[in-house]
Amino acid sequence: MDVYLDNLTMEFQDIKAVDRLSTTIKDGQLVSLLGPSGCGKSTTLMLLAGLYKPTSGDIYFGEQNVTKLDAEKREIGMVFQNYALYPHLSVLKNIMFPLRMQKVPKKEAKERAIEMAELVQIGHLIDRKPGQLSGGQQQRVAIARALVKKPKLLLLDEPLSNLDARLRLEMREEIRRIQQEVGITAIFVTHDQEEALSISDRVMLMKNGILQQDSPPQDMYRNPINSFTASFLGNPPINFIKVTKTDQQGKYKIMNSSQLIHLAKDIDMGQIQLGLRPENIYITNKEDALMTGEVVHLETIGRDTLIRVKIDDVTIRALIDPATDIHVGERCHIGIKQEHIRYFNIENGANLERGNSHDGQANMEKHA
Amino acid sequence: MMDKPTWKSTLRAFLYLLPALLILIVFNIYPIIKSFLMSLYTDYDFYNDVVYEYGLSNFSDIFQDPNFIKAIVNTTVFVIGVVPVSIVLSLAIAIMLNSKIKALSFFRTIYFLPFVTSVVAVAIVWGWIFHSDYGLLNYFLGFFGIDPIEWLTDPTYSMPALIILSVWKGLGFNIIIFLAGLQNINKQYYLAAQVDGASAWHRFLSVTIPLLSPTMFFISIISIINAFKVFDEIFALFNGRPGPANSTLTVVYYVYQKFYEEWEFGLASAAAFVLFIIVFLFTLIQLSLGKKFVHYQ
Repeated sequence: MDVYLDNLTMEFQDIKAVDRLSTTIKDGQLVSLLGPSGCGKSTTLMLLAGLYKPTSGDIYFGEQNVTKLDAEKREIGMVFQNYALYPHLSVLKNIMFPLRMQKVPKKEAKERAIEMAELVQIGHLIDRKPGQLSGGQQQRVAIARALVKKPKLLLLDEPLSNLDARLRLEMREEIRRIQQEVGITAIFVTHDQEEALSISDRVMLMKNGILQQDSPPQDMYRNPINSFTASFLGNPPINFIKVTKTDQQGKYKIMNSSQLIHLAKDIDMGQIQLGLRPENIYITNKEDALMTGEVVHLETIGRDTLIRVKIDDVTIRALIDPATDIHVGERCHIGIKQEHIRYFNIENGANLERGNSHDGQANMEKHA
Repeated sequence: MMDKPTWKSTLRAFLYLLPALLILIVFNIYPIIKSFLMSLYTDYDFYNDVVYEYGLSNFSDIFQDPNFIKAIVNTTVFVIGVVPVSIVLSLAIAIMLNSKIKALSFFRTIYFLPFVTSVVAVAIVWGWIFHSDYGLLNYFLGFFGIDPIEWLTDPTYSMPALIILSVWKGLGFNIIIFLAGLQNINKQYYLAAQVDGASAWHRFLSVTIPLLSPTMFFISIISIINAFKVFDEIFALFNGRPGPANSTLTVVYYVYQKFYEEWEFGLASAAAFVLFIIVFLFTLIQLSLGKKFVHYQ
């Protein structure tokens, strides 16, 4: 079942939590709603669940307009951040609860619940109470409870944020496995870019209630629509430097620095912002260098070496080859391939190499 | 902090406990033991405090006294009349007060007022409400074509009048406790239940009731014990009489009569001891039921 959002808006008092959100979520896809806290991603999920009713706009499940339908009638499954398992019921009864509400005969309900418990690999725990389970096990119960009634749509509200780092990795893969096995359309809210990029078919990045970019994860990383998207994705974060056009062809002056850099692209603007991904920057010789500065910080974590290079008042982070012989305090030349440089409008942050077209709009299919 | 207990530390602990213990022993423990002993006095000279004979005849006497049997029946009727109604009503009001309504604290104060008002003052006001000629209740019932009822002078209606007063008086306390219990229930459970397809009624049955069970359990124990001990409401409402024709004579009232009006200390103590056993048994039954049905988080 496809899900359409049409100009969805949600206002709380005078705050627009979600602002004219339009998109299409294709059947069987796993879509992440990503953004910093307060960006409206959880509100969007609550709107999809029917726990909030939008101020304006419409939600369609397939052909059906469900905007005014209450949560209990929407046939969705939801996994809450703190799982919200009923503490007085055993695992089996928790999973059976949605079926009991649908008045499924007890025997059948039990069979389906056990089947679902096996799918999420907690078949041996069904007689326990939620309080006797670990975080990861509770998570699995919550997923089983959400899926047992064969919902049209699965919603997950920051399902991994209460787990420790290793378990988070495991559950993230589990959620993907279960989602693919069941073949359900799923929407996943997270503030963790790595989670979003790793398991989703598509990422919707939001900020201040507005959908910024809506595209497959790699595309969003490589080709950000604006400087916010570029800065939100990637760890260590992208380097931004502001440059001013000079009289010399292709030469730009770094702001707060006397250095000039060469750009292959000719941009018809006085000032622009450049985005340089740390992993694209390398140490090079003087002829090839984009900039020259002093290494002020160097750390090696596992397979990566991260350096910070100070060019007058500008600091650049770079991930370099750990074999490079370089030390704090030395001067070095850093370079980047011209095609890896991203250009942003200094005022509105728009990526100058992309049109102004909004990807969310591109995903919005007209339907009657 | 948790050292092994030694004689020295035990002694020190006792010293800390002493003030409270002393008061409890003098005013609670000793009277309980004394009154139990007193129930065994069958021949007692209270002028000189000399006991000539001990025995169980006080117990057999009170069980042959039709007034005591009547007191037990009345008390049972009172408990059955007050406790369930009071719990259901206060839970309903607490749920309403827990929802988003305007002037919430105003309503909370209103409902809590009876609890902080003196029983005597309350009984005087209700005495007027129940008045057969000028009472508000009869005036109100008149709208439905019901003839004036002699609430306080007709033996048929004196028990209902007492029950109405006691339910109203007990609401405030129960509501406050229920409100605290309701606010302890995480809202997420309601959202989860809603997504799971539970209607408002099913959310109440499947989330509110089980998660409120410890509160419910506490309130039912307290209410039953309090109802068994009813006395002041009767004394104040019926001007120091146990209702017309002993119609609201309860066990505690019976104890009071025997002790202060007839100076039958042995009988009074025996009756008090019987009440203690009844309440004790009820509490035991409730505790064992509670293990089965109450969910503690």
